[in-house]
Amino acid sequence: MKRNFLIAFVSAAVLAIACTPSFAHHGAASYDLDKKVVFKGIVTQYLWANPHVLIQVEAAAEGGQTVHWVVETENPSAMVNLGWSKDSMKTGDQVTVTVTPVKNGRPYGRIIDVVLPSGQKLQGIHIADSEVPRPPAASEAPRQ
Amino acid sequence: MPSRLDTARFVGAAVVLAAFFYARSSPSQSAPTEFQQGDASKPPVLDGWYRPVIRQAKKGNPAPAPKHDISGTWDPGQAGIQILGAGALPDDGNPEHTPPYTALGLQKLGLTKPSAGFRTVLPTDSNDPAYACNPAGMPRLDLHDLRVTEILQTPREVIVLYQFGRIWRKIWTDGRDFPKDPEPRWLGYSVGKWVDDTTLVVQTWGTDERTWIDRAGRPHSTDLRVEERFHRVDGDHLELSVTVNDPKMYTKPWVSLDKLRFQMMAPDYDSREMMCSPAELDEYNRLMGAPLSNTDGK
Repeated sequence: MKRNFLIAFVSAAVLAIACTPSFAHHGAASYDLDKKVVFKGIVTQYLWANPHVLIQVEAAAEGGQTVHWVVETENPSAMVNLGWSKDSMKTGDQVTVTVTPVKNGRPYGRIIDVVLPSGQKLQGIHIADSEVPRPPAASEAPRQ
Repeated sequence: MPSRLDTARFVGAAVVLAAFFYARSSPSQSAPTEFQQGDASKPPVLDGWYRPVIRQAKKGNPAPAPKHDISGTWDPGQAGIQILGAGALPDDGNPEHTPPYTALGLQKLGLTKPSAGFRTVLPTDSNDPAYACNPAGMPRLDLHDLRVTEILQTPREVIVLYQFGRIWRKIWTDGRDFPKDPEPRWLGYSVGKWVDDTTLVVQTWGTDERTWIDRAGRPHSTDLRVEERFHRVDGDHLELSVTVNDPKMYTKPWVSLDKLRFQMMAPDYDSREMMCSPAELDEYNRLMGAPLSNTDGK
């Protein structure tokens, strides 16, 4: 299991995803929107607060080390509409988190989704959806 | 501080995004998104009392607009958030969306470091006064996170209750003029006049120049005059347009919000709290903002 997790973590699913860059509040400029990271770990804090909901997660890493992740999504008011609540998770829960990582390589990210111990998947509000106008439809594409 | 590589990536990304924005012929002021009630695959949309949200708007033809009445609970939907700055001129890199700055306006613009729009900086590098929980002021109340808006009316005033920040504001409609040589206020001084049966035009003057026009950091001076046009389209819909006029900062008036459409909510709708708390902000910056900006000393 540890090996599997290591593979999951190290490979860290750095995937190219089709999204536009963003220029918005609360650090959207900090994120590497071309990447996606998946990790599994134990919740050490679930902070249901403004301006953004935060989760701290202790994730196992190579050589028996742990990595302390801090990840964010939108404000509680917005998250309620996606099924989140103040009781969505608690300290000690094992979760699998998919995030857009920060550019500086540190373990911080913007939540794409979180899988709870029950198997329920909570969607985050991705930067590309919330803070960037939609790209033009094909019919509006710039003429060459 | 961002590395050179980060900066290069950022600039590169900006160019790509700018290309998208050039193709956009109109700003993002689409009609509010319909709620998805009844879709079993999605959680219900809840109000602040955790009850399912119901729009007042009914299918079919809404009732005609009542005379001289914009009261009600109104939702502008996602278009009210204006994440890139003033909805009619978002700061998206499209030159056509650049307000008509004077030389002084450009100079003042250079002093603002927004955490939104084309000139965005990393979180803790921003000097956005609103993100330090200072009052948004006018017209930013209309141009930044404009969410559910409750409007109350009496024969001599219109009172506007904003969800974001839990701010209230009074517009006098009793025929009074502006005070002479007033002390600047965060929200200024607002007077309104019905120009026809369904349109209330509100003038605001005497604002505090420490506020920004929008989250993109557009500046203003104490000479700022803001005109809002509240137009009751019909029984279930309201439109708001906002024009900024500040000869010190802009060579001509510019429309910052163009007919933003609101839908009427049920009268028992309870809006959720969205308030700026310095304590919560400090905690956010300690845990997230500073590390994102590499200013946490690690």
